[in-house]
Amino acid sequence: MSSPSVQNILSRHNPLAEGNLSRVAQIDRSLRSPVVFFTVMAALWLVIGSIFGVISAIKLHVPEFLNIEALTFGRSRTLHLNMVAYGWSFNAIFAVSIWLMHRLSRAELRNGWVPILGGIGWNLTLVYGMFAIADGQMTGVEWLEMPREVAPVLGLCFLLIGLWSVVAFSRRQTTHVYVSQWYILAAMFWLPILYLVAQMMILWFPARGTVQAITNWWFGHNAIGLFLTPVGVASMYYFIPKVLGRPIHSYYLSVVGFWTFALFYNWAGIHHLLGGPVPVWLQSAGIVASVMMVIPVLVTAINFHYTTTSSQAWGVIWGSPTLRFTVFGAMNYTLSSFAGSLMALRDVNAVTHFTNFTIGHAHHGMHASLTMALFGAFYFILPRLAQREWPSAALIHLHFWLCAIGTIGYVVVMSIHGWMQGMQWNAAVMTPAQIAAAAEPWNYARTICGSLMTLGHIVFCVHVLWMLAPRAEKRQGPTLFAR
Amino acid sequence: MKNLYLIYAGVFFTIAFSWGGLVLSSQIQQAGLVPVASEEGGQLYPRKASGYAIQGKLVYISQGCNYCHSQQVRPAGMGGDIARGWGQRSTVSRDYILQDRVLLGTMRTGPDLADIGGRQSSDDWHYLHLFDPQITSPGSNMPSFRQLFALRPLGATPSKDAIHVPPTHAAAAPAGYEWVPSERGRNLVAYLRSLRLDYNSPEAKLKE
Repeated sequence: MSSPSVQNILSRHNPLAEGNLSRVAQIDRSLRSPVVFFTVMAALWLVIGSIFGVISAIKLHVPEFLNIEALTFGRSRTLHLNMVAYGWSFNAIFAVSIWLMHRLSRAELRNGWVPILGGIGWNLTLVYGMFAIADGQMTGVEWLEMPREVAPVLGLCFLLIGLWSVVAFSRRQTTHVYVSQWYILAAMFWLPILYLVAQMMILWFPARGTVQAITNWWFGHNAIGLFLTPVGVASMYYFIPKVLGRPIHSYYLSVVGFWTFALFYNWAGIHHLLGGPVPVWLQSAGIVASVMMVIPVLVTAINFHYTTTSSQAWGVIWGSPTLRFTVFGAMNYTLSSFAGSLMALRDVNAVTHFTNFTIGHAHHGMHASLTMALFGAFYFILPRLAQREWPSAALIHLHFWLCAIGTIGYVVVMSIHGWMQGMQWNAAVMTPAQIAAAAEPWNYARTICGSLMTLGHIVFCVHVLWMLAPRAEKRQGPTLFAR
Repeated sequence: MKNLYLIYAGVFFTIAFSWGGLVLSSQIQQAGLVPVASEEGGQLYPRKASGYAIQGKLVYISQGCNYCHSQQVRPAGMGGDIARGWGQRSTVSRDYILQDRVLLGTMRTGPDLADIGGRQSSDDWHYLHLFDPQITSPGSNMPSFRQLFALRPLGATPSKDAIHVPPTHAAAAPAGYEWVPSERGRNLVAYLRSLRLDYNSPEAKLKE
């Protein structure tokens, strides 16, 4: 654990040492306000959104829990989704992508007030949207529940924020273009197009019949696949080699991974409608694309695997908070993507569709993979911006274990129960009430796992605020798990 | 990959390709779908929804019913939808063409509702079920939707829209009062009862 070479690599983790590189320090200074702003917003939404998740989970085994109209299951569950999706993951991705893009382009952020203005607009609009949902002004369209009038404002704010990744890239001082930059650039283009088309074709000028549903899942799946995932992958591509101090295993593989990702992920969303009232050829295309996703995922997994194993620096991977979270996220990216490909197979989907299996899978991708990778990124970025270390290794430990145990437990519970639920519905023997009764122990387990994750999020949020608090004491040297 | 324009072109092409392939093609394919009659000069199906049902659908959406109940019947051989009697046939694209908001749903914490009006045709059942699901479906984990009802002082005679909550129920109306559905409650039940899959479609025939 404390061999000289490991210590040597760990010293890369020391922002104070890096701060001597005045160019990098200058870039970090220019990024400080917007990135810290988005990080704090993200952490706050994460805590509130997770609490709504737990409230919704409890309602499934105690139906009359907090049963007032504003918190009826359909609304609390929707508040949970919108808060963690648009509040946590979007804000977190704004923070990580702005930072990564400027660092990789060796460009300073000028006009930092513009993304902050966009961020203030974004978050205030979200607050309005959440109250509207609690008030029942939902659209009924999954992932687009906020009333449609938020769309022009959110869209404009997104452009004010997302633009800077493109600006940074075009001002780049480097000759080399890194993998992470492709993913972030692509994400910043894809999302506005997806959002505009989905808003237009579903809420403003509704398309005919089930074309709405097709557009809904083209958007819903791609908002994850073409925005959240690429930035998550960009973050993994950056931090794994960065902290290990090694180049990525294969540049060629990452090119293959990127283009197959772009091509196949786009078409996969239709697997949310298998067996539904949409053209069968479309369903087949969705299944093919979902299965083809094995290629980019496998390629990326190989790249990450050889980059980490060739380093032989297991102590670093385990000892660095950034790497422990990021590698956890990367492993679960591979696992959840393979599971997703399997779930698109017709016979598997006949069981898992409409069950907790899907919800477990959504959390596998959004939490065990994306959220954990984003945590890893924040453990690296924030000390460099705040010019001080994380105050407590114990809190990072606590954060990791609460989230890791909670999220894996959640996925396991939901997958086992989802499969049972699917078999029970399909066998057509048990009544709906009997199926609900059989779900009770699983629903308790779900609440426990969700609560563990939520506690982990509270720990993270408190730690972020503590670190940024003006009077936090300065630690000497990086905060690592193993000293 | 240093060529910025190549990246942009590829990024644009991939999303345009999937939009054209999935969304635009469906829009073109469905443009020709219209309501049809199963016999010459007969009623056109799918039916136009009544004004009450349209109002009720807004209540359905605002209470988030679609997060636990789907509105689609998968064909026999895929899941147990037909075997459960959730419909006499699978649903097809044509069934949804008159709906300004399509609520296919992705989760079945409770049963599918594409044909709930056919399965449960009594207003009373729906009102009691919404008032407290334990009355009609003991063991259900659906919450009660008490917000769709009002407690009203009893007139000279019980009003005909009063719902029949069992007198032993914890929330039964106290003496001199009665539970009546609010306007939202009445519209919601009108909507639920309008959900019926009782007609042939050229793409899917009812079971004989």
